[in-house]
Amino acid sequence: MRARLAPLFALIGGDAQADRVVPPTGFTANLTVFSSGAMAFLAVFALALSLATGRLAEQWGDALAQSSTIRVSAPEGQMDQQVIAVMDVLRTTPGVADARVLTDEEQRALLEPWFGPDLPLDTLPIPRLIEVIEEGDGYDPEGLRQRLAGEAPGAVLDDHTRWRDPLVRAANRLRMLGAISIVLIAATTGTIITLAANAALAANAQVIHVLRLVGARDSYIAGAFVRRFTLRALIGAFAGMLAGVIAILLLPSADVGGGFLTGLGFQGWHWALPFAIPLLAALVAFAATRRAANTTLRELS
Amino acid sequence: MIEFEEVSYGYSGGGALLSDVSLKLAPGSFHFLTGPSGAGKTTLLKLCYGALVPTQGRATLFGADVRAMTRDDVAEARRRIGVVHQDVQFLDHMNVVENVALPLMVSGRTTDVQDIADLLEWVGLTGQTDALPPELSGGERQRAALARAVILSPEVILADEPTGNVDWEMSLRLLQLLVELNRMGKTVLIATHDMNLIRQAKAQVQARVLRISGGRVLLAGADL
Repeated sequence: MRARLAPLFALIGGDAQADRVVPPTGFTANLTVFSSGAMAFLAVFALALSLATGRLAEQWGDALAQSSTIRVSAPEGQMDQQVIAVMDVLRTTPGVADARVLTDEEQRALLEPWFGPDLPLDTLPIPRLIEVIEEGDGYDPEGLRQRLAGEAPGAVLDDHTRWRDPLVRAANRLRMLGAISIVLIAATTGTIITLAANAALAANAQVIHVLRLVGARDSYIAGAFVRRFTLRALIGAFAGMLAGVIAILLLPSADVGGGFLTGLGFQGWHWALPFAIPLLAALVAFAATRRAANTTLRELS
Repeated sequence: MIEFEEVSYGYSGGGALLSDVSLKLAPGSFHFLTGPSGAGKTTLLKLCYGALVPTQGRATLFGADVRAMTRDDVAEARRRIGVVHQDVQFLDHMNVVENVALPLMVSGRTTDVQDIADLLEWVGLTGQTDALPPELSGGERQRAALARAVILSPEVILADEPTGNVDWEMSLRLLQLLVELNRMGKTVLIATHDMNLIRQAKAQVQARVLRISGGRVLLAGADL
């Protein structure tokens, strides 16, 4: 393990003299700094998007998971009796914190978007709705269904599973998409840095020739390039990350009216996550340049 | 030290440039390698410092078969061989002192600043320490290259047409420096087609003259 990390320690330790042997080349330096910065900026947004959408879906899922609805459909004259039976069952059901029958006004409000404001509820055979609030780990839905079937045959339990499951799936997919985006950004950064490193190595073929002539090992020559590109990527990515974080900070603060868009950002310890992006960029640059340098040096043998 | 046994070498797409070359550079010996342009002098020198691997035969550097050497082994061997090229190659963004000290840098060694100053004085470059290579004359570049070649105190000095781009006076000066190195016990091999230089050297030091002809290396005769 220590041997594997040795090149990284050497990189951190640095070698000012080795850095001098490779002349600074403007084009590849600018390309590396710019691409690392741009990719880090995008990575901040991918990270924020992934965390925010995941958070939002979890909130929806949690909210729905804590409540359920019982719909009571019964012939005229039996409705009240069945509602009372359902409430009795709920009162003795473990995991149920509260249950209440929705008022006519609440039911009218629910139906208003579809039927308008003047719906004559008392003349229509509309089922009664009972809202159930859960506590702790919630109740056993199968057990409750069986008891309801016995005590109130017209009652149907809707525990929101069919709504919650797609949201949970969406949350997981969004998290995965965010992770894939970050991996793609890292891969693109690696590709650009590999191209820049190859260009720098090709432009410095004469330098490599001279260094070999005087007895430089390949690790010494590769180290000079690797160190330079890693530091450039680190600096560029840090600047890009800072710009991304500032842009996130400048977004309007989260509120209910803003919904998803104003919730885009970081919360709590998640604010520390963007600071891992420059390190990731440096790691990618280190691996990409090392590979490019070793390949080129092998080919130049 | 450096030994070839029936070594042949040919570049891809061409025939053998060198055939069945057997030679031995003994410690403290002085050799000239001569022959017409394109005869293979530079190729032979490259085989001597491991830049090329024989297509046939066996080449050993300090007892190690070149074919079995890793790139790191070759790098280590080059620290024991100082090379001076006709078209001297420097790092143009570094000054003379830094270029001369380059072998120290890459091998992680250090030396006293005074030692480098003495070395530059020996080759007559005291006034050009801060100059960049493109600012040097041909002769100054050759002397800087010689200083760089000897800074690690190598056992062997290989010089490829070291006087090709300088006037006669400077050629004699460079020759004098190489003779001095040989007197210090260094093995010297100079590739040149300058017969006057060879004659001048033979008056000062016991030198073997090898001639490349038809891809083979022969010991030159009395015409020298």
